[in-house]
Amino acid sequence: MSLPTSRAARAGQYLALLAYLVFLAFPFLWLLSTAFKPARELGSLHPTWIPEQPTLDNFRQAFDEQPLLQAAANSLITAVSAALIAVVIATPMAYVMARHRGRLATAATGWVVVSQAFPFVLVIIPLFLVLKNLHLINTLWGLILVYVVWSLPFALWMLAGYVRAVPAELEEAAAVDGAGRVRTLVSVVAPLLAPGIVATALFAFITAWNEFFFALVLLKTPEKQTLPVVLTHFLGAEGVADLGPLAAAAFLATLPSLVLFAFIQRRITGGMTAGAVRG
Amino acid sequence: MTSTSLKGRSRPRRAQEKGPPGAAARDRAAWFLVLPALLPILILSVGPLLYGIALAFTDAQSGRTRSTQWIGTLNFQDLLHDTLFWDSFRIGLIWAFGVTVPQFLLALGLALLLNQKLRMRWLARALAIIPWAMPEVVVGIMWRLVYNPDAGILNETIRDLGLGDGRDWLTGLATALPAVILVGIWAGMPQTTVALLAGLQNTPHELHEAAALDGAGAWRRFRTVTWPAIKPIALAITALNFIWNFNSFALVYVLTSGGPGGRTRLPMLFAYEEAFRYGQFGYAAAMGCVMVAVISVILACYLVGRIKGGEER
Repeated sequence: MSLPTSRAARAGQYLALLAYLVFLAFPFLWLLSTAFKPARELGSLHPTWIPEQPTLDNFRQAFDEQPLLQAAANSLITAVSAALIAVVIATPMAYVMARHRGRLATAATGWVVVSQAFPFVLVIIPLFLVLKNLHLINTLWGLILVYVVWSLPFALWMLAGYVRAVPAELEEAAAVDGAGRVRTLVSVVAPLLAPGIVATALFAFITAWNEFFFALVLLKTPEKQTLPVVLTHFLGAEGVADLGPLAAAAFLATLPSLVLFAFIQRRITGGMTAGAVRG
Repeated sequence: MTSTSLKGRSRPRRAQEKGPPGAAARDRAAWFLVLPALLPILILSVGPLLYGIALAFTDAQSGRTRSTQWIGTLNFQDLLHDTLFWDSFRIGLIWAFGVTVPQFLLALGLALLLNQKLRMRWLARALAIIPWAMPEVVVGIMWRLVYNPDAGILNETIRDLGLGDGRDWLTGLATALPAVILVGIWAGMPQTTVALLAGLQNTPHELHEAAALDGAGAWRRFRTVTWPAIKPIALAITALNFIWNFNSFALVYVLTSGGPGGRTRLPMLFAYEEAFRYGQFGYAAAMGCVMVAVISVILACYLVGRIKGGEER
């Protein structure tokens, strides 16, 4: 925006932004601080922001206490598979939802909206019974299938939005220039959609990586469980937890998502397609 | 895919003129594109949903050898008198509204700030997204560390400011629900902010400049230019947030497990325990049905009201 803003207003904006940043960042900084504190400091009645004697003991202990590596591998397999499958099957459907006017598109859009209103508890009991009959309980494949379907509504919602942002005139122009239908889709629509597809895939990955409820119900044995489920094992029965290792493991479990987000956050917020329409 | 379908909605009239044959070909192409996603949806979403609704009318239990019986509306009659469930339902509604509304207002403020040409904007955006990148379980763990009565930073800050000794936020009867609501607001901020920011960036800023030249103040520019442009996104994200929040599970499971004394036992936690701790599949499915029904009614009212309000403008 190129509107002139008064100095006082600017200062107010920076102050507000700072307040937001403190609110959003402080719990994470506290997690970091706790993860690097030795046990003695964690027991102190006057905890400090910066560990006086930072240590990696908590990380070592976390790996000793729970099968974190196995859990991370399970999470990675599940999330990558679910994200890829979801995007591959969602993109064509999203295209139809955005461009096609007919009962099919209406029904698809209707399902996207309605499926969001299901409490998972209504779906999880039948899913549990269905997957049990297919012998997919306590397997990563069962969980992947559930994650694909579970991430579809939002993936379709996002992708259909990106398709709509691709001006139909571009496709018509390509058709006028003699490009076939498939070529129009591949060489005109797909490149404009690519950032949206990447963003959607990452969204699906992160949802699956972070998901807890289905994993809690569907995975029974510790060697099959994903990271979020294993993390809850650090919490003792009466809520008494070994804070240091808990914080260390929680921090590690968050790193992959954080790194991915650092890469794509501009893509998610920036409207590449908006530029294409204007240009 | 046919050329008529590619032209999409910009040429609906021509598609109609072509008559049924063109429409049939279009439908076939559409089916072909939709099928890969449709099959899993039918098998793993629509099917289980219907199955789940059917279960609500049975006495299904886990690990039982006797076959399941149809029992009509007995589960629903029991639910009607289950005060624990309705307590939980009330808590769920307080939680869902208490999280969704402040979350939207805070996120709108943040999105408007991030849409300004401020220094460090990119850093701010990156930081603002951190809560999104975190598993809900980690968010819960993190806030347990913050709320921890002895080693937590909240009580330490309160002590430093000389405001007393602080308290055990998550186990206090009065503080537990507000404490988890604050976490809910925090956790959903980025999604809402990013959605609104995307809407803001598609706002034509020539309009903003024109409005400013006409002497419109910041509030009027927001009302007349910004808000109409982001309204569809704002509607969608608040509706989704409300549903997500009402169906939320992991955060509260980690923070309080529904305690103390059921003060934070959201309907999802209640139904989960009923189904997977006590094995009452049928009864839990009935709870799910009631939850869907109530949420659907609330959302229908909200969306219809909002869309009508938009048309009158």
